[in-house]
Amino acid sequence: MKQRLDGRKFDEVRPVIAKVGIVKNAIGSAMFQIGKTRAIAAVYGPRELYPRFLQNPEKGLLRCNYNMLPFSGTNGGRIRPGGNRRAKEIGLVTQKALLPALDLSEFPNAVVDVFIEIEQSDAGTRCAGICAASMALAHAGFQMKDLVSAISVGIVDNEIIADIDYKEEHYPEFAKEEIKSEYSTDIPVAMMSNLDKFTLLQLDGRAKSDELKKSLEMAKKACQDIYEIQKKALKQAYEVQK
Amino acid sequence: MTSKLLVKQKDIVVPGEKLAQGLDFLPGERTYREGDYIVSSRLGLVSVEGRAVKIIKLGGKYIPKVGDRIIVKVFDITFSGWRVETNSAYSAMLSIAEAGDQFIPRNSDLTRFFNIGDYILTKIKNITSQNLIDISMKDRGLRKLGEGRILSITPCKVPRVIGKNASMISMIKDATGCRITVGQNGLIWLNGEDPKMEFIASKTIKKIEAESHFSGLTDRIKEFLEKETGKKVVINTNPKPREDSRPKFEHRPQNKTFNRRR
Repeated sequence: MKQRLDGRKFDEVRPVIAKVGIVKNAIGSAMFQIGKTRAIAAVYGPRELYPRFLQNPEKGLLRCNYNMLPFSGTNGGRIRPGGNRRAKEIGLVTQKALLPALDLSEFPNAVVDVFIEIEQSDAGTRCAGICAASMALAHAGFQMKDLVSAISVGIVDNEIIADIDYKEEHYPEFAKEEIKSEYSTDIPVAMMSNLDKFTLLQLDGRAKSDELKKSLEMAKKACQDIYEIQKKALKQAYEVQK
Repeated sequence: MTSKLLVKQKDIVVPGEKLAQGLDFLPGERTYREGDYIVSSRLGLVSVEGRAVKIIKLGGKYIPKVGDRIIVKVFDITFSGWRVETNSAYSAMLSIAEAGDQFIPRNSDLTRFFNIGDYILTKIKNITSQNLIDISMKDRGLRKLGEGRILSITPCKVPRVIGKNASMISMIKDATGCRITVGQNGLIWLNGEDPKMEFIASKTIKKIEAESHFSGLTDRIKEFLEKETGKKVVINTNPKPREDSRPKFEHRPQNKTFNRRR
C-alpha cells in the first residue's frame, strides 16, 4: 500500500469531535465522533442493584450496554435491532476496558449503568464507544484514575496504519493498487494515557511480533491526541455558559 | 528539587490531570499521588489551600452524610416504618420511633401519618459501611411537606443555593415571598401564595445551578431577581434565625387506641 484510500498519512487519525452533556436526563453523557463513526454514551446511577444476588458488598458494579441503532450500518445500512452476541461481547469488553480506571468502592451493592448507542458506523465503533463512555463517567463525577482513550490500529497490506475504517478493514475488496497481502488486521486498543497503561488489547487477524510492537507505539501516540480532545471537551462543558 | 503547581486556583481539571509536581504539595480530597505528581481523580475545580491541593466536585449523585437534612419521598410502608427514596444511590428507613415526637401505637395505620408519595423533611441519623441509612424526624423543623413544588438540582450546588449564612436563599425568599426548604440531597421544596412568584423562585434556583462556578454570582442573581420581580432586592448577609416550627402531624392519634390495649 503506497497510499491510504482516503489519502490520510499512515499514522493519521480521522477528524475527531467530542462533546459532553448531551443527554439531559442522564447523570453524565458524552458524544464521540471519529470520522463517520459516532457514539453516544449516557451514564445512569449509582442506584440499587436487583436481583440481589448480583450485588457486591465491596464495591459497585459497572454495567455497559452497547447497541447499534437500526440505521447505523456502513453508509446507513440497516442493522437488525435488538441484542445479539456481538453487542453483548462488546459491552463486556467495554466494561473491562473502563474498570481499571474507575473506582466504585464508594457504592457497595449499587450499580452504574452505561448505555452506548452507535449512531453511525465506519469501523472502530467499540473504540469510539469506550472514549464516549469514559468521558460520560468523568462527567458524572465518578472517581477515576485517568480518562480512557481508545483507537484501533491495523496492519493492512503489510503496512501499519492508525484508525482503520471500513474500507481498510476489507482492503482486498476496495484496493486501487496491486495488493501484497490479503490479510487486514484490526487491533482495538484502549489505554490510560497519563499512567501509560493499556486497558484493552484485542487482535483480529494476524500480526508478527515486531508489527504488533510498532502498532502499539502508534496507538499510544494516537491515544495521547484523543486524550487531549476528550480533556478539552470536558472542560468546555463548564466554560461555554454565561 | 523544586516543587511547582501545574494548574491555577479554580481551574477545571479532568481525571488523570497532573496538578502539582514535587513533594512540597500534599494530595487533598479527590486527588492522589502518582510518582512525583499529584493527580486529580475527578472532574472538578482546583482548590489550593496552603500546601494541600484538592478538587471541588462539579457533579455526581448525593453521597449521604450523618446529620444532613434531606427531603425524602415515601415509596413503601412496612410494619416498623416507612421506606423512602433519598435521591442518592440508596433508599432509607424511617422507623415509627423516629417519626416525630408523639407516640404511635403498634398496628396503627401508618398511612395516616405518611402515605406513599409524600415528601418529608428528615435528618440522617446513622449510616452503616454498606450505606444502609436510618433517618429521623426528631429535630427542630423536621416535618411532612405539604402542598408546593419539588425541584431537583445537582447536590453539589446546594451550598451555592443556600449561600454564605443562608444569604442567597433568604434573598430569594424575601424577593418572591415563597417558603423554600432546601435538602442537602438536592431536592428543594417551595411553596408560595403567588404562582408567578413561585415560578420566578424556581427559575432563579435553576439559574444558580447552571452558573454557580462563575464569579459574581450573588450580584447576578440579585440583578436577575430585580428584573423578574420588578422590585428592589436587598442582599441580607445576616438573616434572622428561623422561628421554631416544631413538627406537627395533621392527624394526631387518639389516646383511645392506647387505652384499648390495656
